Amino acid sequence: MSTAIQNIQATYAFVERNANLVKRYWTWELVWMIYSIANSLSVSFIGMGMEVLSGEQANVDGRFLVLYLVIGTLVWRYLTTVFYWITDVISIERWEGTIEYTLMAPIRRVVHMAGQTIFAVFYSLFFTGVVLVATVLVFDLDMSQANLWGGLVMLIAGSFSFIGISIMVSVLPLLFPERGAQMTHIVIALLLLVSGVYYPIEVLPKTLQVFGVVSPATYVLDGVRLTLLEGTPTNQLWPQIWPVLLMGAALIPIGLWVFNLAERYAKRTGKLARNG
Amino acid sequence: MSENAIIVNQVIKRFGKAKQNNWVKNLINRKAKSNGHNGSKPAEEEINGPVMALDTVSFEIKQGEIFGVLGPNGSGKSTLIRLMSTLLLPDDGQILVMGLDPVHQPIEVQRMINRVSVEASFFKKLSPMENLIYGARLYGMGGKEIRQRVVKILTRLGLEKRNIFNPMEEMSRGMQQKVAIARALLSRPKILLLDEPTTGLDPVSKREVQAVVNELKEHEGTTILLTTHDMMEAEILCDRVAILHKGKLIALDTPEALKELAPRLNGHKPSLEDVFIHLTGDKLKEEEKEDIESAQAMVHAITNTEETVEEELQPALEQ
Repeated sequence: MSTAIQNIQATYAFVERNANLVKRYWTWELVWMIYSIANSLSVSFIGMGMEVLSGEQANVDGRFLVLYLVIGTLVWRYLTTVFYWITDVISIERWEGTIEYTLMAPIRRVVHMAGQTIFAVFYSLFFTGVVLVATVLVFDLDMSQANLWGGLVMLIAGSFSFIGISIMVSVLPLLFPERGAQMTHIVIALLLLVSGVYYPIEVLPKTLQVFGVVSPATYVLDGVRLTLLEGTPTNQLWPQIWPVLLMGAALIPIGLWVFNLAERYAKRTGKLARNG
Repeated sequence: MSENAIIVNQVIKRFGKAKQNNWVKNLINRKAKSNGHNGSKPAEEEINGPVMALDTVSFEIKQGEIFGVLGPNGSGKSTLIRLMSTLLLPDDGQILVMGLDPVHQPIEVQRMINRVSVEASFFKKLSPMENLIYGARLYGMGGKEIRQRVVKILTRLGLEKRNIFNPMEEMSRGMQQKVAIARALLSRPKILLLDEPTTGLDPVSKREVQAVVNELKEHEGTTILLTTHDMMEAEILCDRVAILHKGKLIALDTPEALKELAPRLNGHKPSLEDVFIHLTGDKLKEEEKEDIESAQAMVHAITNTEETVEEELQPALEQ
């Protein structure tokens, strides 16, 4: 059998396994989806609240604010779902005790990560789509002017840089068997702070704005807001797309390199064993 | 290709680091020295130094051989298997698997081996079929025939068909272990590493697994490394047996030849268990004695410290 077919089989192994896990843990997925919808709605209602709190003289456009926040919550939901599915590459196997069997299989780590990533992107798109439908129904949002296709292109382009970051962060559960999975949350919290998910990054102190400029999420949010709020055509998204593609091109190989280093360290110190 | 399936050459593996600035240790050593003890250097190294999981271990396993490794808990059996299966890197020495180095050619080695560990590790919510297909795909297998092969292997190991599609968490430990063995067989490995595969199995299941191991040797020519605590199992299955103790290889021969290493009891030929106890039990007793002496020195040092503190505090208390 050719190496290419073997690699395709191995890549598909992770896609199929994760799909089976979602199927078997469907109640948990349902709970997580309800949580995500409730979370998205809560944040988006702040827009309506601002209109009421500011009074009529302030002339706050509540509908615009709601859509601004909805986009923030949806983009953030998508990026974090991709992030957590990839960072779970190790922690889920530690939880189940299968990590040694997966890491002793004759596959290259890039194939391993490709399988995990393909599933992460497709599942996150589906998951975010459901949250979007629920939000649109509740707020009766007018999306007739929105360039949905452009928004999707921007999300996919932004995925690559997030994949690179996620692969890098996924070494934490490899290096710290007891608390590594919890450590991944700090990365997502910092990105949330500096990327302008619920506010323009201009409101941040100058030092934090610098981090905002190097965060791929900033560009994804900008691009998606342009397409959904202003209906910007896809061919005018290049200023937002090229930075995230560039970051992805750098971060994915760096992520794989970091993962290989961490795997080697774990094999030298015996951290792969289930009991750590 | 080499006649040997596996060559283990002067392999050393340590875990952990030496602890620095241990004030309790320093206190005990100071007190022990001041009380005329000759220090407690060996015990000190054992307590604070890195754990020597494998200490300059060398042996060879011939192709098609069933090679047993016996040893008390913590003797280095699982470490040895993890080194062979590319899950650990040696600190020194070299292992060759079918002439390939697991450190520098891991993928090539991984294609030829598979492993069953003492704990059956699976995605517990997934069924045996889902788990095994996942495992098979990682080894580049797929298609309809793999499903048929999964059913064939599992039923051969005594699993009922209805259990093949139910979640693993609903199965007994023995049944899960059979699925673990099936997973290893699915990739048709040239070398099978079995780390206590029958631990926790009932006598019937144990025999079924042992029959499969024998079948693999007879019909497939698979080389098998088997670690076990079951001396009878080692005697029945293994062509040669190595005994590890505290990371050191202390004996290696055929089961019959090993029996010559222990004295006869009441004129009876010793069993492999007698040999095992003879070789590792006496050493354990010596270590227990050393541990007791070390603990006594520690208690003595602490008691003296308390006495010194009391002596120093006494005048203040009397005031």
